Amino acid sequence: MDMSFSPQDLAFRDEVRTFIAENYPKDLKSRRTRGEMTKEEILTWHRILYKKGWVVPHWPVEYGGTGWTTTQRYIWNEENARAETQALLPFGLAMVGPVIYTFGNEEQKKRFLPGILSADVWWCQGYSEPGAGSDLAGLKTRAVREGDHYVVNGHKIWTTLAQYADWMFCLVRTDANAKAQEGISFLLIDMKTPGITVRPIITMDGAHEVNEVFLEDVKVPAENLIGEENKGWTYAKFLLGNERSGIAGVSRSKKAIERLKSIATAELVDGSPLLKTDEFSRKVAELEIDLTALEVTELRTLAAESKGAGPGPEASILKIKGTEIQQRITELTLEAVGNYGHVNVPTGDLTGNEFVAGPDYSNGSAQNYFNMRKTSIYGGSNEIQHNIIAKMVLGL
Amino acid sequence: MDFSFTEEQTLLRNTVQSLLGDKYDFDTRRKIVKSAEGWSQPMWQQFAELGLLAAPFSEELGGLGGGSIETMILMEEFGRHLVVEPFVETVVLAGGFLREGGSPAQQEAHIPGIIGGETVWAFAYAEPQGRYNLADLATTAKKDGEGYTINGYKAVVLGAPWAQKLIVTARTSGGQRDRDGVSIFIVDKNAPGVSTRDYPTVDGRRASEITFENIKVGADALIGAEGKGLPLVEKITDQAIAALSAEAVGCMGELNKATVEYCKTRKQFGVPIGKFQVLQHRMVDMFMAYEQSVSMTYMVNLKLDENEAERTKAAAGAKVQIGKAGRFVGQQAVQLHGGMGMTDELNVGHYFKRLTMIDTQFGNVDHQLKRYSTAA
Repeated sequence: MDMSFSPQDLAFRDEVRTFIAENYPKDLKSRRTRGEMTKEEILTWHRILYKKGWVVPHWPVEYGGTGWTTTQRYIWNEENARAETQALLPFGLAMVGPVIYTFGNEEQKKRFLPGILSADVWWCQGYSEPGAGSDLAGLKTRAVREGDHYVVNGHKIWTTLAQYADWMFCLVRTDANAKAQEGISFLLIDMKTPGITVRPIITMDGAHEVNEVFLEDVKVPAENLIGEENKGWTYAKFLLGNERSGIAGVSRSKKAIERLKSIATAELVDGSPLLKTDEFSRKVAELEIDLTALEVTELRTLAAESKGAGPGPEASILKIKGTEIQQRITELTLEAVGNYGHVNVPTGDLTGNEFVAGPDYSNGSAQNYFNMRKTSIYGGSNEIQHNIIAKMVLGL
Repeated sequence: MDFSFTEEQTLLRNTVQSLLGDKYDFDTRRKIVKSAEGWSQPMWQQFAELGLLAAPFSEELGGLGGGSIETMILMEEFGRHLVVEPFVETVVLAGGFLREGGSPAQQEAHIPGIIGGETVWAFAYAEPQGRYNLADLATTAKKDGEGYTINGYKAVVLGAPWAQKLIVTARTSGGQRDRDGVSIFIVDKNAPGVSTRDYPTVDGRRASEITFENIKVGADALIGAEGKGLPLVEKITDQAIAALSAEAVGCMGELNKATVEYCKTRKQFGVPIGKFQVLQHRMVDMFMAYEQSVSMTYMVNLKLDENEAERTKAAAGAKVQIGKAGRFVGQQAVQLHGGMGMTDELNVGHYFKRLTMIDTQFGNVDHQLKRYSTAA
C-alpha cells in the first residue's frame, strides 16, 4: 500500500501543469461565469486537447488513448480541476465512444471514432423517455426493420444539449414481445434525418440544457446498429457504468470547496470571516472529510480497474456520494453568500448590460444550487443506485 | 387550549382562497413575474378592496381589527399561490413599524395609504458587510438642524422597485455594530440623492441595491426615539418571520400534496412509484416536517406580544424549523418528481426556490440557532 506519487508521477504532474498553464485560454473562465456559452466555445478545450493528443486518456492507445497509468490519469484530472478548465462533454468521449470501440464493427469504428475525437461531431444521449426514467428498460421508442433500414418512432426526454447535436445514440425497442431488457437495441441516429424534432425544456434555474426529442418515422440505416439486435441493454449498462464512475467529480469538488472557503473568508459575520465561525467551519470540515473518503474510495476503484476489473456496481457508491457532495457544496456556497443569494443572473438572450448585484463570487450561487439538484436524478437516480448496491453488492 | 379559527378568520381565509383560486393560478403568476413591472398592481388593488391590506390593523387605525393570526392566514394562502406582491414589505414590515413605533401623526399620514393600496413600501436594512446582523450598519444619519442627513448603501431591498416609500435603518451614533445608536427613518424613494438599481430575484420577485447620498429628511421622518430603534427593528422583523413561516407552510403544503399525488400516478416498473417503501417513508418525513412547521408557525404567531426573550425564542425557533423543513421538503419534492421537478414549467421548482429564499430572509438556520441559544 502506497498513496504517494513516484518521482516519475511528479515529473508528469509538472509537465501537464505547464501544458495547461501555457495552453488554456485565459479568457474562457470569465466568459463561462456569465450566461451561456456558444456551441464553439463549449468545445474550446476539447479542440486544444485533441491537437495535443490528450483528449481521451482513458481510451485504449489503438483508438487514440494516451497510455497513461491510472495514477497519471488521476493527476491529469486533478490538474484540470486545479486550473478550473472546461469540463469536456461526456457524450462522445465517455459514453458512446467506448461503446463503439468495444461493441461496434470495424466500419463503425472508422466512421465514428474520428469525429468523436476531433469534436467535429456532437453527440447526444437518447435514453430517457417520459414513461421510462428510473425504469429505463421500460422504454417504448420503437424501431421496426424494413429492408435495409429501421423506422423509428418515439419520444426521448432530458436529452442534454440536443440542440447542438449532430448525432444521437439511442435506445430503441426492436422486439415488443421480449422481456423488457431483452428487446432493446442500440442505434446511432443522424439528427438531420427527416422526422426528428427537438423541443427545449427550460429548467428552474432558467437554463436551456435539456430537451425533448420527437422521432416520427425516422429512417435509420441498418448499418447504424451497434452490436446485435436486441442486445442493446448490455451496451447501455456498460455505458451507464462508465457514466457513473465519471460522475463522482472528486477533483472538481476539491476545487469547489477551495472556492467555497475563499467565499466564506470574504463574507463577514459581525466583522470577522464566516469561515471562522464554529458552525460554518464545522460544516466545511465535514464536507472535506466526506470528499477525502470519496477520493480514496475512487482511487481504490481505479486501482482495481487498472488490474482489469471493470467499473462494477461499486461505481454506484461514487455516483451517490459524489453527487451528494456536489450538491452540498452548492448548498453551502449559497448559504455563504447570504443576502446576495437572492440575485438572479439573467439567462437566454442577453444584451450584455444586465445588472447583476453583489460581489462576483456570489453571482449565480442560487441558480447553481438549483441546477445541481439534477445530479441525484440523472444517470440513474440515487434511489436506483441504492437498489443496485443492495442487489448487486449486498445480495439482498 | 384551542387551535381553532374564529368565524371571521375562516371567512377571511375563504375570501383570499377564492380570490387567489380565481385570479392567481400558476399561469397568471408566471405572466405577472415575466411582465416588465414584475408584479400586478390591479391584484394589489383587489387585495385593498377586499380588506386584505387592512386585516392586521386596529379599527382606530382604519383597519379590520385583526392581528398576527389574520396575517398568518393570509400568508399561508399567499404561499400556496406563490404571490409575489409585497404584502410582507408593505403591510407586515412598514405597517408594523408605523403601528408599533409611529407617532399618531405618522400613522395618520401613512397607514391609510397602505390600507387603501395606494402606497407600497420596502424595508432597506441589510448591508453588504452586515449579513444578518440588524445592528451592523455602515449607513449613517447625521443630525442636521431639525432633521437628518442620510448616507449609505443598502443591499437586496426586496420589493423596492415597486415601492414609493422606504423604511431605512441608519446609525445615528455608536460603533458599527453597537446595539445603541440605531435609528429608523421614513424615506421617499424619489427623494433627491436616492439611487436604485433594480433586478430580479431567483424566486420571481424584484429587489434593488440602493445608494443614499446626502438625503435630507425632517425630524418627522424618524420612527421612535433617536438611537433606540434596534428593539423595534427586532420586534417587527420577528413579526415578518412569523409571516414568512406561514408562507413557507403554504409552500410546503402544496409541495407535499403535489408529490403524493405524483407518486400515486407516476408508474415505473409497472407500479405507481408511491408503492416503493423508500419513497413512502420519504413522504412521511416530508409530511412530519410540514406538521412540525405548522406547529411552530402557530406558536410564533401566538407569542409575538410576549416579552422579548420569549418572542425571540419563538421567532428564532420557528425560523430554524421552517428553514430546515423548507430545505428538506423542497429538495425531496424535486427529487421525487424526477426530471419534471427540475423544470421551469412545473410549479414544484418554483415553490422550492421560494422556500430556499425564505431561509435567507432575516437570517438563515445558523443565524437563528445562535440567536435562539443566546436569547436570555
